[in-house]
Amino acid sequence: MGMKPFSTTGLSALALLASVGVAGAEGLVVSNWDGYMAGDAIDTFNAETGNEAELVLHATNEEIMGKLIASKGKGYDVVFVSSPFAEVLNNLGLAETLDHSKLPNIANLYPEANQLSHDPGNTFSIPYAWGTTGLCYRSDLLAEEPDSWMDLLQPAEGVSGKTTMLATDRWLLGAGFLAKGYSVNEVDPEKVAEVRDLLIDAKGTLLAYDDTTFYSKLVSGEAELVHAWDGWCNYGIAENADIKYVIPEEGSDLWVDTMVILKGSENKDAAYDFVNFILDAKNHGWAAENILYKVPNKPAMEGLSAEMIETFPNMAMTPAEMLEFEQLRDVGEGQRLYARTVSEIKAN
Amino acid sequence: MKDRSPALLMAPALAWLTAFMVVPCLLILALAFFRRGIYGGIEYTFTLENLGLVFDPLYAGIFLKSAWIAGLAALIAVVLGYAAAFAIAAAPARRQPALLFFAVLPFWSNYLVRTYAWIVLLNREGLLTGIARWFGYDGELPKLLYTEPAVVVGLVYNYLPFVILACYAPLSRLNVEIGEASRDLGASGWTTFRRVTVPMTFHGIATGFVFVFVLSIGNFVTPALLGGGQFQMIGNLVYAQFLTANDWPFGAALSMVLIAIMMGLLTLQTFASEKASGSGRHD
Repeated sequence: MGMKPFSTTGLSALALLASVGVAGAEGLVVSNWDGYMAGDAIDTFNAETGNEAELVLHATNEEIMGKLIASKGKGYDVVFVSSPFAEVLNNLGLAETLDHSKLPNIANLYPEANQLSHDPGNTFSIPYAWGTTGLCYRSDLLAEEPDSWMDLLQPAEGVSGKTTMLATDRWLLGAGFLAKGYSVNEVDPEKVAEVRDLLIDAKGTLLAYDDTTFYSKLVSGEAELVHAWDGWCNYGIAENADIKYVIPEEGSDLWVDTMVILKGSENKDAAYDFVNFILDAKNHGWAAENILYKVPNKPAMEGLSAEMIETFPNMAMTPAEMLEFEQLRDVGEGQRLYARTVSEIKAN
Repeated sequence: MKDRSPALLMAPALAWLTAFMVVPCLLILALAFFRRGIYGGIEYTFTLENLGLVFDPLYAGIFLKSAWIAGLAALIAVVLGYAAAFAIAAAPARRQPALLFFAVLPFWSNYLVRTYAWIVLLNREGLLTGIARWFGYDGELPKLLYTEPAVVVGLVYNYLPFVILACYAPLSRLNVEIGEASRDLGASGWTTFRRVTVPMTFHGIATGFVFVFVLSIGNFVTPALLGGGQFQMIGNLVYAQFLTANDWPFGAALSMVLIAIMMGLLTLQTFASEKASGSGRHD
């Protein structure tokens, strides 16, 4: 979640510098992470519908949010953002209230995809991809299969120094919240402080914090156990069959990346057409087949080959199983506490 | 009538800098005096809270840590760079351009690529480990990458050419007869170096030091890549405020203090070099 698959630089700042271009006023403007949909998706859409849609890229949720808040949502028609950010767009009154009759392909979504806690009934956001956060590891190098977040936070003797954790605020803290049995949206300062102390101790055992190349560290053997999003663990599995993914017994978060139509869009019909186009099983299935993320589209997932499911077992996780996990929610002012806490962890 | 051509010649560059650098910088810095909106964004109510927060022990500590790392990198770079510049300036004149060329060569490649090269070299399954294994060592090397020394090494490596160039200029212009005079008067080689060469090239040293320090203290790429994100420098903190915490006002406040430190140092350096070139005039 909140990431561009197959990151080219690993440093979103550079991508930010490269993408300062402002979207033009003519035609539909779609903003997405680089490589998060088929390279020819926009061209196919234009050819099929006679639109002049244009794709712009954002490297992070925060980048596109900064632009949308600054422009009050002008200049963009459809944006791909993670669910907590979709919530913010809705709270700010920037997200269009969706008319499902203009999205016939919404019938392709699993019933569970209509029950997401950030937006029950998909009133302002349409889920694009979803998944879990857990442990990705080299089964051939670890003496014991990990099954708890504590295996990562207090690694065994030989594993210490060979683990990585995600550095993005919400997931870094999330690992600690889950280990302690707290909500992944906990904002009680005492509980956050407890988790901070746990994570400061864990830091001493880490090889590095890593959001972008942890799976290559597993492939090279530099790391043996890493904190990972399921889809990204699949990139490691693709290169080494000894790499496995497990959701610790304490659970995971459920991350959801969504499509949001902006209320200020001047091309609303085209925006609906575009979201509907993506919900087509073939177009939506592209993400599952090519970037190895689960998509909430039933015919698309049913179209995956048995071989693929066998190679990447986490692709077989059912929507009902995923819905058992708590979603990351927008925590409003709590974000400041999170940012400070992460600074405290890293400064220690 | 006074000749106005210098002013005219400078006007395009000044206009460019003002429009595309000074004005945007001021706009960002102005944000420091407003509040962060609940969902990020800016709430236009005046506050000094953000500037106050910079001096909170947590963030002040990150400033000190950054200054320590930048200072260490600058010191090492000056020692290595001065020695290299001295050697180049002492080489036969026809070889000097080639030597300078090689010193600056790495500079022509991308900063990120150069930094990744260190990862390839230092990581646990990297080149150094490979070489050690080849020689029959099968234990584990100490952790080289994702440490504080790795960050310092990365900074020194990347900014060394600045120091070489800054020190080479005064060293190459140094009148050899002055050194001869010093020795004729009975000074040893070391004394000549210490009492004559260094003072006369001091502005090169100061320029090199300040450049490395200023570029290092705001750096965020090297600590992120070579430090494994395990400790924060002030550049990473600013980056996080703008790109993940969405707290632009606090990011702006941090930048303001950082820019103030940099400008202070650059002013001091200019002042010091002017003083040095004033007193060290020899022709």
